Amino acid sequence: MLAVRVELTVNGERHEADVWAGESLLYVLRERLGLPGSKNACEQGECGSCSVLLDGKLVCACLVLAAQADGHELVTVEGLGQDGGLHAVQDAFTETGAVQCGFCTPGLIVATADLLARNPSPSDDEIREALSGNLCRCTGYAKIFDAVRLAAGS
Amino acid sequence: MDVLTPRTLDEALRLKAERPDAVPIQGGTDVMVELNFDRARPSALLNLSEVAELRGWSRENGTIRLGAALTYTEAMEMPLADALPALAEASRTVGGPQIRNRGTVGGNLGTASPAGDALPPLLIGDAVVELASLRGERAVPVAAFLTGPRQNALADGELIVGVRVRAADGPQTFMKVGPRNAMVISVVSLALTVDHDGAEIRAAFGSAGPVVGLVTAPLAELDGFPERVSAAASPIDDVRGSAAYRRHSLRVLTERALERCLQ
Ligand SMILES: Cc1cc2nc3c(=O)[nH]c(=O)nc-3n(C[C@H](O)[C@H](O)[C@H](O)COP(=O)(O)OP(=O)(O)OC[C@H]3O[C@@H](n4cnc5c(N)ncnc54)[C@H](O)[C@@H]3O)c2cc1C
Ligand code: FES
Ligand code: FES
Repeated sequence: MLAVRVELTVNGERHEADVWAGESLLYVLRERLGLPGSKNACEQGECGSCSVLLDGKLVCACLVLAAQADGHELVTVEGLGQDGGLHAVQDAFTETGAVQCGFCTPGLIVATADLLARNPSPSDDEIREALSGNLCRCTGYAKIFDAVRLAAGS
Repeated sequence: MDVLTPRTLDEALRLKAERPDAVPIQGGTDVMVELNFDRARPSALLNLSEVAELRGWSRENGTIRLGAALTYTEAMEMPLADALPALAEASRTVGGPQIRNRGTVGGNLGTASPAGDALPPLLIGDAVVELASLRGERAVPVAAFLTGPRQNALADGELIVGVRVRAADGPQTFMKVGPRNAMVISVVSLALTVDHDGAEIRAAFGSAGPVVGLVTAPLAELDGFPERVSAAASPIDDVRGSAAYRRHSLRVLTERALERCLQ
């Protein structure tokens, strides 16, 4: 039974959805609002592939109850670029080859954008710390670091 | 399942009295995992994230009052990190940034895990948990609040409102043993302070017994202290480590923490 109506602003657009009371924000984004950019891998906060900005804060969408996002503002990976173009972080990831299977990429891009908004020229340790909640099984992280350094310089 | 979303503390307490079965959810970093994996199907959730009275922190003389909804990210920020350095250090070790932005001190008390990283820093600061229900308020020392592994003294209809802690009046530190520098449940953890007024050493350990434990001694008894902390623990063998390793680690951590605090 879909007991709860939620109203969210996602990437500047208002949406309404009827959701199950125990439903996660991630499920709403992917299955009800047609925004599959945020990935669903672990559903337990371990991998960061579902990272979004909730009222400007980096969170795992799988750990936010949909009803808790009611009336709040979200930015997903789909909403980072402006005017149809890619965000500088997205450009940097493609340029450096930081993407292999791509499953972790949306989460890492949102986390990197969040880091650079708060700290435009992070040290390697600061990058490591900021991305510690995002797992990648493919790249070994070296090219992801290249991407973050490139985006920081741009 | 229903979701109840109160806008004030009064409304939250009224809803909790009407629906004692409603499970509070703040940051959701523990509750959502239970829901996502079908381990819990409560008849109702009490969403506390719109209750402003639970947020933030304040200082009254030497006492810091933390709202139940204080996040780890907030506990790491100045000037609070200066007043409660061990809590700030512990907060830095919790999960990754996404978890620290959502996870709260109140939720850590609610979960009452022996591995809860906020708990040893609260214990060395003589923390008192503020509870409220429609019947009134009561203040319970954190050691009495934590009654067992994942068990606490919350009564029917009660919510955690905040926690009062003594501001550090000497050096403090927190250390945690785990396989990685982030995203780990501690194998063993330790918060330690050298209290300059009382010239007392206070240490609290986590993941080394059914609940976090406190050990204190006058500064004069410094020498045997690491051994005493290790002996006070009652660790078990589990997937994260053996009881013997935990005891050994606690002794080493206590030595290092004392070095750090007394140098
Ligand atoms: C990936 C990951 C990593 C983690 N790493 C760590 C770690 O390193 N160290 C650590 O200690 N923990 C860790 N945790 C566990 C969790 O983040 C903490 O226990 C956190 O403090 C819970 O806070 P919350 O606000 O999210 O709690 P919630 O999930 O909202 O609630 C937790 C419990 O407390 C109850 N509760 C919450 N608020 C109240 C209230 N005001 N009154 C009464 N009851 C209440 C809830 O009903 C529930 O039982 C991790 C979790 C995840 C998913
Ligand atoms: S799917 Fe949310 S952290 Fe893995
Ligand atoms: S590119 Fe495959 S998980 Fe990161």
